[in-house]
Amino acid sequence: MQRNPGYWRLLVGLLLAVMVCATVHAETDDTAFAEQVAALNARSFDDKADAARAIASSGHPRATTILQALLDSSLYFRVIEGDVVLAEATDDGFALTDPVTGEAAGAATQYEVRRVVINNAIRGEVRDLLARSGLTSDDPSVRREAVRQLLDNPDPAIAEQIGGLIDEEPRADIRRDMALVLGLSRLQSEAAADRLLALDSLRGSLADRVRNEVRTLANDDPDPAVRAEAAQMLAGIEERRELWGFAEQVFFGLSMGSVLMLAAFGLAITFGVMGVINMAHGELIMLGAYTTYVVQQLMPNHIEYSVLVAIPAAFLVAGSFGVAIERGIIRFLYGRPLETLLATFGLSLILQQLVRTVFSPLNRRVSTPDWMAGSIEVNAAFSLTLNRLYVIAFALLVFLGLMAIFKRTTLGLRVRAVSQNRAMARAVGVSSARIDALTFGLGAGVAGLAGVALSQLTNVGPNLGQGYIIDSFLVVVFGGVGNLWGTLVGGLSLGVLNKFLEPQTGAVLAKVLVLVFIILFIQKRPQGLFPQRGRAAAEG
Amino acid sequence: MAANEITATRLIPQAPHRRLLHGDLGGRILLGILAAMIVVVPVLNLMVPADSPFHVSTYAVTLMGRYLCFALLALALDLVWGYCGILSLGHGAFFALGGYAMGMYLMRQIGDRGVYGDPVLPDFMVFLGWEKLPWFWYGFDHFWFAALMVLAVPGLLGFVFGWLAFRSRVTGVYLSIISQAMTYALMLAFFRNEMGFGGNNGLTDFKDILGFSISAPGTRVALFMASGLALGASYLICRTIVRSRLGRVVTAVRDAEPRTRSLGYRTDRYKLWVWTVSAMLSGLAGALYVPQVGIINPSEFSPLNSIEAVVWVAVGGRGTLYGAALGGALVNYAQTLLTAWLAELWLFVLGALFVAVTLFFPRGLVGLLRRRGDGS
Amino acid sequence: MINLNMLRRRMVTTAAAGALALSGLAGGNAVAQDDPIKVGVLHSLSGTMAISETALKETIEMLVEQQNEEGGLLGRELETVVVDPASDWPRFAEQARQLLEDDEVDVVFGTWTSVSRKSVLPVFEELNGLLFYPVQYEGEESSENVFYLGAAPNQQAIPAVDYLMDEVGVERWALLGTDYVYPRTTNKILEQYLMDHGVAAEDIMINYTPFGHSDWQSIVSEVREFGSQGKKTAVVSTINGDANVPFYTELGNQGVSASDIPVVAFSVGEQELAGIDAEPLVGHLAAWNYFMSAPTRENLEFIQAWHEFKGDTDAVTNDPMEAHYIGFNMWVEAVRRAGTTDVDAVKEAIIGVTVPNLTGGFATMMPNHHATKPVMIGEIQPDGQFAVVWETAGEVAGDAWSDYLPESANIIASWREPLLCGNYNVETGECSGQNYGD
Repeated sequence: MQRNPGYWRLLVGLLLAVMVCATVHAETDDTAFAEQVAALNARSFDDKADAARAIASSGHPRATTILQALLDSSLYFRVIEGDVVLAEATDDGFALTDPVTGEAAGAATQYEVRRVVINNAIRGEVRDLLARSGLTSDDPSVRREAVRQLLDNPDPAIAEQIGGLIDEEPRADIRRDMALVLGLSRLQSEAAADRLLALDSLRGSLADRVRNEVRTLANDDPDPAVRAEAAQMLAGIEERRELWGFAEQVFFGLSMGSVLMLAAFGLAITFGVMGVINMAHGELIMLGAYTTYVVQQLMPNHIEYSVLVAIPAAFLVAGSFGVAIERGIIRFLYGRPLETLLATFGLSLILQQLVRTVFSPLNRRVSTPDWMAGSIEVNAAFSLTLNRLYVIAFALLVFLGLMAIFKRTTLGLRVRAVSQNRAMARAVGVSSARIDALTFGLGAGVAGLAGVALSQLTNVGPNLGQGYIIDSFLVVVFGGVGNLWGTLVGGLSLGVLNKFLEPQTGAVLAKVLVLVFIILFIQKRPQGLFPQRGRAAAEG
Repeated sequence: MAANEITATRLIPQAPHRRLLHGDLGGRILLGILAAMIVVVPVLNLMVPADSPFHVSTYAVTLMGRYLCFALLALALDLVWGYCGILSLGHGAFFALGGYAMGMYLMRQIGDRGVYGDPVLPDFMVFLGWEKLPWFWYGFDHFWFAALMVLAVPGLLGFVFGWLAFRSRVTGVYLSIISQAMTYALMLAFFRNEMGFGGNNGLTDFKDILGFSISAPGTRVALFMASGLALGASYLICRTIVRSRLGRVVTAVRDAEPRTRSLGYRTDRYKLWVWTVSAMLSGLAGALYVPQVGIINPSEFSPLNSIEAVVWVAVGGRGTLYGAALGGALVNYAQTLLTAWLAELWLFVLGALFVAVTLFFPRGLVGLLRRRGDGS
Repeated sequence: MINLNMLRRRMVTTAAAGALALSGLAGGNAVAQDDPIKVGVLHSLSGTMAISETALKETIEMLVEQQNEEGGLLGRELETVVVDPASDWPRFAEQARQLLEDDEVDVVFGTWTSVSRKSVLPVFEELNGLLFYPVQYEGEESSENVFYLGAAPNQQAIPAVDYLMDEVGVERWALLGTDYVYPRTTNKILEQYLMDHGVAAEDIMINYTPFGHSDWQSIVSEVREFGSQGKKTAVVSTINGDANVPFYTELGNQGVSASDIPVVAFSVGEQELAGIDAEPLVGHLAAWNYFMSAPTRENLEFIQAWHEFKGDTDAVTNDPMEAHYIGFNMWVEAVRRAGTTDVDAVKEAIIGVTVPNLTGGFATMMPNHHATKPVMIGEIQPDGQFAVVWETAGEVAGDAWSDYLPESANIIASWREPLLCGNYNVETGECSGQNYGD
């Protein structure tokens, strides 16, 4: 970002002055402040930026609230009156609040108010302004965010401010970040010895800005000792970042693999255990995703819990569709796997068109709950995205759940019995028709679960299922039909393989190579990674 | 009646060529219709004045030509599915490869009439900044070479794929799935612009074929007639195959492969033979299809297309050859009609058709007609 | 055994019946003067493109309805003829032929993807039809029978890059696109443009992904690394349709915010955002010639009419819809001037026709069959709308052949006397390719 440094110094000076004198200036002129707030709705972005700065330096108790509202896009203006208000969406429009006094200011419909528009430059600046006042906050998480926000800001005045705060900071992690800011600013010192000291204080950090500054020193520093030291440090940083990059690739691969295996579990049951080629499997996944959408529509004020509600709902919806499909179509086609393929393919077309008719062909908007957004930062070079992490965990949970059902319950026992020898199972009193319906329902329900997970990663639209059906079949066949372990190992290894090929070959070729690999693998081992043993396999 | 006939042909050895259509009423009807169409349609298109109610527009001629190509694809698929029991979900790949071979010839025929006016390179290569023609485009300026490749490329792919698969006894569902993976992989690969086949836009903007303008009514009628002849000839080839000793071994493989194998037949070789022929016929269908529709693009490889082709066969009547051809033409005709009238309903109808055919008419339209024939 | 003669007779009747059925389907009837004027609509209503194209079909239906309420055109009613090419490219050509040859429509509004346009182009040239194409595209084409109402690269991509370079100070560029001709051309033009403006080759990253790409982890991570080198970095996205949702989701999750690395997209509009939770995308950019948020009277009326037509007050409008609005009005005006719907007369009359656009300016049809358009940069708002943060001073004329590509730098198009050529090489003085002028 291009900013005028002289002007920054002035601004920061002002700001500091305000902070020191904040207690003295308890009484501020509300009228002047109200004018500044009104100026946020000026025509030009420069005027808006000026107004934001003026508000920040006013020291008014409402300043932070207003700037935060500006950032959160909840600052509006009334079209007719032209005055700026805080607005909160209600069922039939907006509830308004006076920004200066904080008192309620009536309501408005969506045609009476418009948002105060800002651009990225102002947004970044407001964030910095808020961060500075956040440095002295009582809430450690606010302080932490504030220091992080300022880490990339090269202004020396900030370093000075932080230098004054670092000794009083009780939290070690925040102190470490503060030390980084200080170290970075000391890299600009005149004396080579100071720069060396600063370099030393930055040792161990992998942050982008540290790496970039060290690289600048390694290339351009006038002092050869500093250059050598910086070069050595840079090599260390690069090496460690590369190592973490490798870890990141493994994580990406596992996460892609977990999606594959989640999508394939349902098929592993319907296809693997029952021998039914269910081409409508993808559409059952789609139904799960649409269920998530409907659940969110039903509980718009509780998005945080919506996904948790959607999990059993999607299982039930997709599962009951599954039972209906089995009772209505599949049961007439047992022993004719290729014909189930045709019938279920027809069904998949019907389901797609049904969704188009009911929900429109457009993609639906599914929100991500706050607790699933963002990432866990291991260090500056490696972080784990939360939604992916949850999907991996969810896939493993589904796997464990299925294993428990198959190995520990009577239902599982009966399912295995029917799949291994239908006649014998019936002879010992197992109602094979009921078991078939339940097994297919279980497979369909699991597909619905995959839909919930996918709704958090990709489009929720009528074509959602089509993208996963071929991959799912390949995972099941690759892993070995009728074996959940095979699906788990197959999905994860294909994901990792794909992600390691991708940087070399590009995304498309990686996928093509994986497909060719599977084709050749199946020629070599037609029964997959984990072949099923026994009579059923020989007949299959 | 029909079932008896099939048993009879199995039991009584006959000289295959002399009485090829013996007992094949459906086949004779099919060939009859084809012969009539090849004669009548050109007359109605070229001779009958445009305002006469009997006039067939060039649009309809091209449309029918397209149906004939689909019928040929369905026929090829029925040869492996109906008689070998191999359900291929990747026959669209052979079709598309044949189409690409023909498309490459047509591209080379454009010469310097392309947008950028390069005498050798097709427009998309000029655009990608390629200096010279890639090696795999050599020879496609000759029709005979392209015609050879139309059969050779799908044939070779079919041979290699089949050799690998049948040798290691990949059968049934597994084969279906890897054939689907094959066409899917080809689709992704052809979408890449670096492949040198025009990427997503594919090959289009054709000018002429064998020196005749591709949009002239005469050329269109000729292409239509060529499609009709190709379908008729292919029907006879398929018929010859299924009536030969080879065909009967293959049918035995379909019904009981392990038993046939233990009788001493190298089942994989028989299957490979038929599979390769089928791939080549599909390529032929694709090659005739491309000049009539004027474009070939990687979406022809899409797995959905291959599955649809399977459905044509199932709707027409699996294992009857003429039924498959009929299915290929009829389902597409229905699609043309329905997408024009009830666009939103088409997928419901198509989907319901699949379900209904498998549940209620497992022998397809032909089975339905035969049953009614038996009843009367 | 059936009598052979009988069989033969039966075969002939079947064949004749088949031919009759097909000729009935073809049905070439002469059109009387008082018959309605037929407006063909060639947009996919099923398949993968239905998501984008359905709204365009409805737009034309609405415009035709409005025109009829105002008394039709030349004293005749307008009538839409809608077909569904089902996102299948050969079917586009087939249906185009059906519209022109059998339905004998006077004009066609349709197609979205480049490949569908390329597929129908020969048909329109052969049968001398009129096609109004409403989507931003890669240029490098000018047909006598096609009017390009969407943005050419110089009406979208170049101004967007100018904005980022001059106003935001971007020095490093990641050009991400779906692997097809529009992103390839746009990126090629942009690469040349950036190099001409002193951007070093190592400061440009180009990446292509397949249609519907859904796993963006590696690529976003690569972009993050690319953007962490201390220079202000931006992503120029020509990522198509469905791949955008997982792309933006991944950006959000990996913590790439618009103030770190802004993404400017050329294929993401109000319609696409309607399917995305826009909250994490606030501040990312898009460049278009129209935004639904434009505060003009024409636009508000258009939106209101659209809401009434759809019966849904949440329905969004977008840039290609405005392109159809402009194209339809231009065609109506040209027909009025020509006094006939005859294709050749309309083709001639439409050049120079000026109609108001929805953003307070005017669109003029230029001799190269492209329209003049304003270029706007909008930032995404939490409700999925765009706030305009920058726009060109006036309308920009579309350039069919980019000046930044070596093979087309010397080519111009003009469908007016005396040139009458879609690709005239100013250096050699030749009109090359495409059989033009034959």
